[in-house]
Amino acid sequence: MLRLGLVSHLFRRTARTQGKRMAMTVAAIAWGTLAIVLLLSFGEGLKRNFSRGSRGMGEGIVVVWPGSTSKSFAGFPQGRSLRFRPEDLDLVRASVAELESASAEMIRWGNNVSRGRRTLSKTIKGVEPTYGDLRNQIPQAGGRFLNEIDEREKRRVAFLGNRTKDELFGSADAVGETVLVNQVPFTVIGVMTRKIQMGNYSGMDQDHVLIPLSTFRTLYGRRYVSDLVVRARTPELTPVLKWRLYEVLGARYRFDPEDRRTLQIWDTVETQRVTRNMALGIEIFLGLIGALTLLIGGIGVANIMYAVVRHRTREIGVQMALGARRSYVLGPLVVESLAITALGGAIGIGAGVALVSALAWAQTQTSSEALELLGAPTFSFGVAVTVVVLLGAIGFLAGYFPSRRAVAIQPAAALRYE
Amino acid sequence: MALFNGRNGKRHAEPDAPVIAMRGVRKVYDTGAVQVEALKGIDLTVGAGDFVAIVGPSGSGKSTLLNLIGCLDTPSGGSYRLLGEEVEGLGPDRLAEIRNRRVGFVFQSFNLLPQITAWENVELPLLFKGVPRRERQERVEQLFAQVGLSDRMRHRPTELSGGQMQRVAIARALACDPTLVLADEPTGNLDSASGKDVLHLFEELGEQGRTMLVITHDMAVAARTRRVVRIADGEIVEDRAVAA
Ligand SMILES: Nc1ncnc2c1ncn2[C@@H]1O[C@H](COP(=O)(O)OP(=O)(O)OP(=O)(O)O)[C@@H](O)[C@H]1O
Ligand SMILES: [Mg+2]
Repeated sequence: MLRLGLVSHLFRRTARTQGKRMAMTVAAIAWGTLAIVLLLSFGEGLKRNFSRGSRGMGEGIVVVWPGSTSKSFAGFPQGRSLRFRPEDLDLVRASVAELESASAEMIRWGNNVSRGRRTLSKTIKGVEPTYGDLRNQIPQAGGRFLNEIDEREKRRVAFLGNRTKDELFGSADAVGETVLVNQVPFTVIGVMTRKIQMGNYSGMDQDHVLIPLSTFRTLYGRRYVSDLVVRARTPELTPVLKWRLYEVLGARYRFDPEDRRTLQIWDTVETQRVTRNMALGIEIFLGLIGALTLLIGGIGVANIMYAVVRHRTREIGVQMALGARRSYVLGPLVVESLAITALGGAIGIGAGVALVSALAWAQTQTSSEALELLGAPTFSFGVAVTVVVLLGAIGFLAGYFPSRRAVAIQPAAALRYE
Repeated sequence: MALFNGRNGKRHAEPDAPVIAMRGVRKVYDTGAVQVEALKGIDLTVGAGDFVAIVGPSGSGKSTLLNLIGCLDTPSGGSYRLLGEEVEGLGPDRLAEIRNRRVGFVFQSFNLLPQITAWENVELPLLFKGVPRRERQERVEQLFAQVGLSDRMRHRPTELSGGQMQRVAIARALACDPTLVLADEPTGNLDSASGKDVLHLFEELGEQGRTMLVITHDMAVAARTRRVVRIADGEIVEDRAVAA
């Protein structure tokens, strides 16, 4: 029953009679839409960056440092410091089914790392091959991470953080070259791909030099690990994994598994969840600001529709006298309100997408760290759906409420209206 | 026949009931400060095929009565049965359906929608009824022929004379073949020549046996009907048959 021709005719007439007001309202809707598109796109970019950054150190990992007992247990006094050996991980691997992957980590600070005449002070880490996957050490093309053979044969090979490589080699190729680590020559086998890392416990990965754990132990005579990096089979199993670590290590070193001070645990799954929620919170907050801006435009549309309905009261009365159901009267008015909103919305979305693309492009042209952390604004599908749904709701309500008034009165009263 | 097409048979017209049966119908306009009792207890029965003139001084309640009869407004009291169906308590969409199918309205000021053509104006009630496109087309053409305006169908109302506009309005009132045609001073805004044309159309409709109520100030018009109901101050003061 709703004839598009009639609706478009009515729309044109409204544009004529409400010209200036309509132009301003369309502008207000466009402005509100632009605001919400930009804010949501920035929120989305920020969220993605947060989530990428919080995964930069590794996804779903738990870092475990030895602590000291706070309770006496099995005849041992309290206050005993614990130290773990790399071999303890074999026990954990054998007895904890929830464990997916693990690596021991030994850290030595302030090492001289040099190439040619350039000498740097760097952190050296001895790690197992599994560390690469656990800690998100993705080799750049042409290189690789430490492997089992390196470990077994105690090879003198090194995997460099990308900044270490830049400082030593500049833009030259590093893989296959030799660097001196505390005067001992190492062959560079790979360089880490640049990544956004938001958390760290021993400096940023880009500054490190990784060598096989076995090599590290031989060269520096270490017996105890700095920490253990472990990951559960699924993120949901992480709490169980942590509990099992207390049990297994507690049985070995004779401490009370209930004694939380014996292990210091950084659960990045938990951290990531918090980060994710924080980013989502920011996005929702930005979206709400945008929605409020858009709402002001919506009030403009409702105002127009009130005027239109008042203007057409007599015609509405005629239609009702001829037997129009309420929906027939309401329909075209709501469609008209939707059309005004859609027009403004389309302009706003167009401008917003253009701006977001321009900004995203500008970001690829600079290397400012602040801009990088802000993240590229992203007009995602979710943002698009949110904006369209919001516009639809505003257009509908701005049309529905004014017209509902018109059909609520008796046709005789509408016909008398001047 | 069209009367029995509805889905809800039970609520539909009873064939033997009078077209209009009003008992003690009152209408009070509440304008906030004052309450105007426009109708003070109207008893009125109109049978099928009757052609009634409603006369009376200005402000006596003629239009109010016609609005109630046409379900454009609701009574403040009393009982009104239209084709046997009690109007009181019907929902707005059912009332719209009654106005659409049973009542044809002709106004003094024509009330054509200005932004659409004469054709589209006449088509509106058929659209509201849900008549298919082809049937609408035939029906509208036939109606324009009936009111003698086949050459003006595509014009906008503003491009027509008063008499032509009123004839379009009559065609529109007849679109859904209503049982009842109501006209509120249909010749009031017309010069005498156009008025005669319109009057002639009403006479034809009367001869075809359609039930009609016409409000008029013009006793010459009233004389052409079959029955005159006189209203004064919200009450029926005279109800007489017109001598043939
Ligand atoms: N919507 C309204 N609100 C308040 N009072 C009204 C309303 N409509 C009509 N009235 C009053 O009700 C009374 C009857 O009005 P109505 O229009 O029915 O008279 P009428 O007989 O049609 O007069 P006329 O011949 O001038 O058209 C008048 O006193 C009028 O002022
Ligand atoms: Mg009147």
